[in-house]
Amino acid sequence: MAKDSIIRARDLAIGYGDHVLMERMDFDVAPGDVFLILGGSGTGKSTLLRTLIGLQASLGGRFEIEGREAPDGPPPYGVLFQSGALFGSMTLGQNVALPLETWTDLDARTIQELVCAKLRIVGLDGYENHMPAELSGGMKKRAGIARAMALEPRLLFLDEPSAGLDPISMAELDDLILTLSASLGVTFVVVTHELASIEKIGSTCVLLDRDARTIVARGDPRELKETSDDPRVRSYFHRGAEAPAR
Amino acid sequence: MGAGYKIGAGGEGAVTLAGSLSLADAGHLRRDLVPALEGARTLDVAGVTALDGGAAAVLAAVAAQRGAELVGADGDVARVLALYTERTSRAPLRAPAGHRGLLSHIGDATLELWAAAKDHLAFAGELASSTFGAFRRPGDVRWRDVGHLLERHGADGVPITIVIGFLIGVITAFQSALQLGKFGADSLVADLVSLSMTRELAPLMTAIVVAGRSGAAIAAEIGTMKVSEEVDALRTLGLDPYRFLVLPRILAVLIAAPLLTLLADVVSIAGGLFVAMSSLDVSWQGYVLSVREALGVADVFGGLFKAAVFGGMIALIACERGLGARGGAEGVGRATTSAVVTMLFALVAVDALFSVLFNLWGI
Repeated sequence: MAKDSIIRARDLAIGYGDHVLMERMDFDVAPGDVFLILGGSGTGKSTLLRTLIGLQASLGGRFEIEGREAPDGPPPYGVLFQSGALFGSMTLGQNVALPLETWTDLDARTIQELVCAKLRIVGLDGYENHMPAELSGGMKKRAGIARAMALEPRLLFLDEPSAGLDPISMAELDDLILTLSASLGVTFVVVTHELASIEKIGSTCVLLDRDARTIVARGDPRELKETSDDPRVRSYFHRGAEAPAR
Repeated sequence: MGAGYKIGAGGEGAVTLAGSLSLADAGHLRRDLVPALEGARTLDVAGVTALDGGAAAVLAAVAAQRGAELVGADGDVARVLALYTERTSRAPLRAPAGHRGLLSHIGDATLELWAAAKDHLAFAGELASSTFGAFRRPGDVRWRDVGHLLERHGADGVPITIVIGFLIGVITAFQSALQLGKFGADSLVADLVSLSMTRELAPLMTAIVVAGRSGAAIAAEIGTMKVSEEVDALRTLGLDPYRFLVLPRILAVLIAAPLLTLLADVVSIAGGLFVAMSSLDVSWQGYVLSVREALGVADVFGGLFKAAVFGGMIALIACERGLGARGGAEGVGRATTSAVVTMLFALVAVDALFSVLFNLWGI
């Protein structure tokens, strides 16, 4: 077990009610990693993410985030949901300001400056007074990241950030993730399907398999793609086709 | 047999199929092939000149059912057939539901009721816990939203309340004047209008307007937030959706409903005055004097108390249904409909209960 893991899960089981989707999951996420949760549709990737962020109870085992099983006070992480989940009745500025107003004693002017700064680093400078409905899908995702980063968490969870985006927006979002990871040392836990993103941003990954009901591979996604002999891994990374001979 | 194809015997255990096949032939083809393939080992399709996806699907399915191998396909026909014969299908996660009996439906309904009861209890528990927490840490509640919500659910409802209140007053005055006139008791119209309005009709009609306007809006708004993951986002920001969304709305509607009811009391009595002056030859001074003599403080405040209870109930039901919304736009629609129906039923039921209680208490 890595001593400095930001997330550690042991014998974790997830699912709904009595229906176990995944079990016997052990993994560690090291600080600064871009950790990918991979697997086919319906394997439980998003359920695993929802379990880790406390929106769903685990069905067994345990996990810790920054050494604590349940956070007290503001969560030590930020979350970007698949849809962005910006509050539709608030401007972008108010969305980003909300966690700052709730959890800090900062004055309004400082909060305003922080909001502008957060929006600037995600490429939304000047959009403080726009409503979420006025933004494109990619902009909503970037605004969601700005809100998730408001309290300077060391850990960000992203649920299918590329979903519904065009290739250019997708690439921009990948670049943003890499920039934040490199500049701020933020650890990312990302659920994704996009092979291009997987190869570009992932430093380590776990592959969930529906039939095995557990993690069937882990490691650097590029290495797994090139070297794994496991047919499930080869099928996943080569879009269901047999991989070319190595 | 269909006109576009021909089925024949091709030797030992073989059946031949020839011609041009399309979706339009699929029904005939199935009917003709099922008996023709009885005991056959192969179905030779070498004579098929054209085949679309619909016909290929039927061909592949019937051949598989009869255990006959499809042979002789070539070119485009082979490619279309391959699509329907070579693709392996994954086993469905859940077996398709067959015919289900009455007991099964009763069982499902019972389980749904049990799940709904658990949801109601969970909502009540979370709300109680949040309310208690709000007393301990009032700063956690979004008080600043209450003013804005009061405007939306109170002030914005003033015009419709005035129109409906006035018209109800007019209708009640007309109807009572017709009946009372038979006994020469026209002068009691003011008494009847003022008492029936303040005690019963104004609180109930206003509550129905609030349920239709505000209750439906709250259920739809929170339901949309739920299905678009905004409620989850609140939780991950460390914010309690009950303190952030539910308590301000309950407070706003709890305050707005009695205020709108008071307005409805005044305009409905004014509606009665309009009828009395225009049709009954009653002076406004006489009408006002009758109202003052007929109405007691308990009548007005009893009605306002009822209105506050109705308002709280409407907001509670709307928030509960909104937070229970699942499954996208359809789920929001279902939650909103369910909220409005439940509110209307609850309003009438609680109003009946109030009638009994007020009678017992001598109000």
